Amino acid sequence: MEQLFNQLSETLLNNLHSGEQLKVAIGGENSQFVRFSQSKVRQSGLVDDASLDIILIKDGRTCSGSFTLTGNIDVDEATAMAEMNRLRAEVGTLPKDPFVVMPEDTGSSREEHNGNLLSAEETVSALSPAMQGVDLAGIWASGRIFSGNANSAGQKHWFATDTFSLDYSLITPDERMVKGTYAGSYWERSEYEKNMAKSIAKLRMMEKPGKKIKPGSYRTYIAPAGVADIVGMFSWGGVGEASIQQGDSSLCKMRQNGIKMSPCFTLSEDFTSGIVPRFNSNGELAPEKLDLILAGSLKNTLVSSRTAKEYGVQSNYAGEGESLRSPVLSPGELNEDEVVKKIDNGIYLSNLHYLNWSDRPGGRITGMTRYACFWVENGEVVAPIENMRFDDSIYNFFGKNLEAVTDKAHLHPTVETYDGRELGGVSCPGILLKSFELTL
Amino acid sequence: MSNLNLQDALSAIDIQADWVGLREVKESTTYRIIRDGNPQANSRGADHGVMVEVLADGQFGYYGCNKLDHGSIAKAAEKALQQAKAAAKNPLFEFTAEARPVTKGKFQSPFQQSAEALSAGKLNEIMLKAYHQLKVNDQIVSAHAMAMIIETESNFVSSNGSDVEQNFLMVQSDYSAMANKGNIYQRRTDNHCLQIGMEEFDEDMVLARANRVGEQALELLDADDCPTENTNLVLAPDQMMLQIHESVGHALEVDRILGDERNYAGWSFVREADFGKLQYGSKIMNITFDPTVDNQFACYGYDDGGLKAERDFIIKDGLLVKGLGGKESQLRSGVPGVANFRASSWNRAPIDRMANLNLEPGDSTFDEIIAAVDHGVYMETNRSWSIDDYRNKFQFGCEYGKLIENGKLTKTLKNPNYRAISNPFWNSLKMLGNQDTFEVYGTPYCGKGEPNQAIRVGHASPVCLFENVEVFGGA
Repeated sequence: MEQLFNQLSETLLNNLHSGEQLKVAIGGENSQFVRFSQSKVRQSGLVDDASLDIILIKDGRTCSGSFTLTGNIDVDEATAMAEMNRLRAEVGTLPKDPFVVMPEDTGSSREEHNGNLLSAEETVSALSPAMQGVDLAGIWASGRIFSGNANSAGQKHWFATDTFSLDYSLITPDERMVKGTYAGSYWERSEYEKNMAKSIAKLRMMEKPGKKIKPGSYRTYIAPAGVADIVGMFSWGGVGEASIQQGDSSLCKMRQNGIKMSPCFTLSEDFTSGIVPRFNSNGELAPEKLDLILAGSLKNTLVSSRTAKEYGVQSNYAGEGESLRSPVLSPGELNEDEVVKKIDNGIYLSNLHYLNWSDRPGGRITGMTRYACFWVENGEVVAPIENMRFDDSIYNFFGKNLEAVTDKAHLHPTVETYDGRELGGVSCPGILLKSFELTL
Repeated sequence: MSNLNLQDALSAIDIQADWVGLREVKESTTYRIIRDGNPQANSRGADHGVMVEVLADGQFGYYGCNKLDHGSIAKAAEKALQQAKAAAKNPLFEFTAEARPVTKGKFQSPFQQSAEALSAGKLNEIMLKAYHQLKVNDQIVSAHAMAMIIETESNFVSSNGSDVEQNFLMVQSDYSAMANKGNIYQRRTDNHCLQIGMEEFDEDMVLARANRVGEQALELLDADDCPTENTNLVLAPDQMMLQIHESVGHALEVDRILGDERNYAGWSFVREADFGKLQYGSKIMNITFDPTVDNQFACYGYDDGGLKAERDFIIKDGLLVKGLGGKESQLRSGVPGVANFRASSWNRAPIDRMANLNLEPGDSTFDEIIAAVDHGVYMETNRSWSIDDYRNKFQFGCEYGKLIENGKLTKTLKNPNYRAISNPFWNSLKMLGNQDTFEVYGTPYCGKGEPNQAIRVGHASPVCLFENVEVFGGA
């Protein structure tokens, strides 16, 4: 696909008229998806998908178009030129856009990560044996993901990587569940079997008689997978500069009133792991590491070049939506192995589910506990708990109620596939809270 | 649709399979957005591909294919066949071609003005005027007016003789204003998702909607917070949409009840044995699956498995009678279902989805409902939603509320929220508004499935009164 992209972008750029500026981007995947239920195959298939985006700028006006690529250069070139001509006809009829981001050449890059993936034919045979004897529901996704862009200032980026993931739930006969993920770029049967065996061992703990707890405030530990879900909320009305400027961020209080979170809380955008490309849809390279909330204080926000122009601030080359692309929550000092002892009396939450801002300006989030969640008494796990609804503020659980952060960060790979398989993940430790509000 | 002749492409496939189906989808999505007085987006995305499905050894294998020549489609069918045969080594269920009924027909969205009736420049002009209505004064710190236009062509042919052509024109209009005073931020919105033409952007109607949004955002700045108490709750149709979606629709998807979704969106408190027995709600609750309501967002003639879509009762007089399960789920579960086996596009396999799922109107006027309430809260327009993986414990927040005192709407309330558990909540439904209170809404973003799929759904409802619900305000 790289060759196709190079040819298409070259054709488009060579055919620019006077006064026109252009940005071109490609994104796509060659994927296998196998869906499991009851440890058996529910659906299995392959998807080849790729699209080309073209942004035309002329006389301070802009519009964009995208189309599905077929992989046939003659067909795709004809479609690209037809789309270009459609944009040419439209752009002059639009109002001027004072914040249009012009193409720049801030450097080019090329990264390609070849992995060792299971072939599509052997997936079912390779995955099925280790999941027999338990009830597993989940999704296998595997294959190549690629993206690239080029512009009329001469900049060009290409990124391609091979990845796989098995994201799964194990379920006991009385419907208690454990979550697991095995992901990477190099398939190893023994690692997969170890991962599954570990999850099955956890599932055995769920077989203890359950305990019903009442709504109220509880001393609580949230494990890294649950914390990763909360960190994800910072992408949605959180750390984006535009959302703060437009009054739509949970962090307005930090910007306007100088409110701080706990000194134990440090969130950064950190690309040093290399699992996602640093370039955004404009081809701009984000800094390798950017502190957002440092020891509880808001230091930076994610600023796209468009937002920078609109509000007169400095761009740090965030993506258009100013969401986190490679978030890292810094580890603390609490020994991960001592978490249950440190809870003493309270609850252990492995995962959370269906989070939403219940009062965004107030920083309040509601959601559910899910999967392996336990009641802890005298420093020992006593019983699984029924799923509970929570409703609490980030200014409480990342603020005054944050007692400690564990000493190890874990990477929680992104397994979402709405607009194609996503890259990256959230790196974060667990958090121990003095109090956490359960409401239903 | 394209140069591709789907019947010829099907004929060119030469594999040993029990059934082959081709579903071609060509869709363009156009956005025109004005935010804070300037263009935010003028984009058009065109998506085009073919889903090749093959049945062999009791399994469906698929290949979502972006290459649209006969040779590539034939190769995709070979690969899909391999997927089916590999799945047959560890299958969940043995399917036959009965899962893909033979059907022929056409569907066309109703509209008065085609997508070409409004130029890009004119639509930008209307959205800009709408923005000026939204920005009532400087306390409106941000506002946007958005038009989204989706044109979809979908063709389905199969080796057992199905031949379906469906053409859709869908529109989303969205007007939003954020008001600010000191530390108070309040957003008000108005969103329509309909199968309709450019008549949706009639300038007078657009400006009236935008002006109301701006004025009500300002009104909320000086409103009291919603009280915390258990009380009577009256919900407007634009909140009932979400209530139906989350606590009825998802709970009744049969593939969810069968456990397919347990690793993602979750399971359901409803079980296969509950159909025909579970009193889902009070006697006045009637829920229909209805792909025939004029202009509703998820109207269609046939689902993506080829089943003809027809109006049917899912809940009748409060009793659960049918599931939201397409032909595959009907065969797997024995639960009676409907034509709701749908895929988000050519690159995803169909699963059980909601389509138009509506609460049928009753016979009370809006004034009669309010007059029947001694003390309570009235809420409009969803702004926050969360529900558990069994579709039991939900918490929803709204944009705009009114206190009800002695049978009258009195003070405006900000940050109105409520939480409850689905089955007792629906059994607390006490009054239903009549046809005059019945409104049609929808959303393009119902998420489900692995791999994930965002699909368009429609929900219509009258105004409803629920008793003894926990309501509360902001942080």
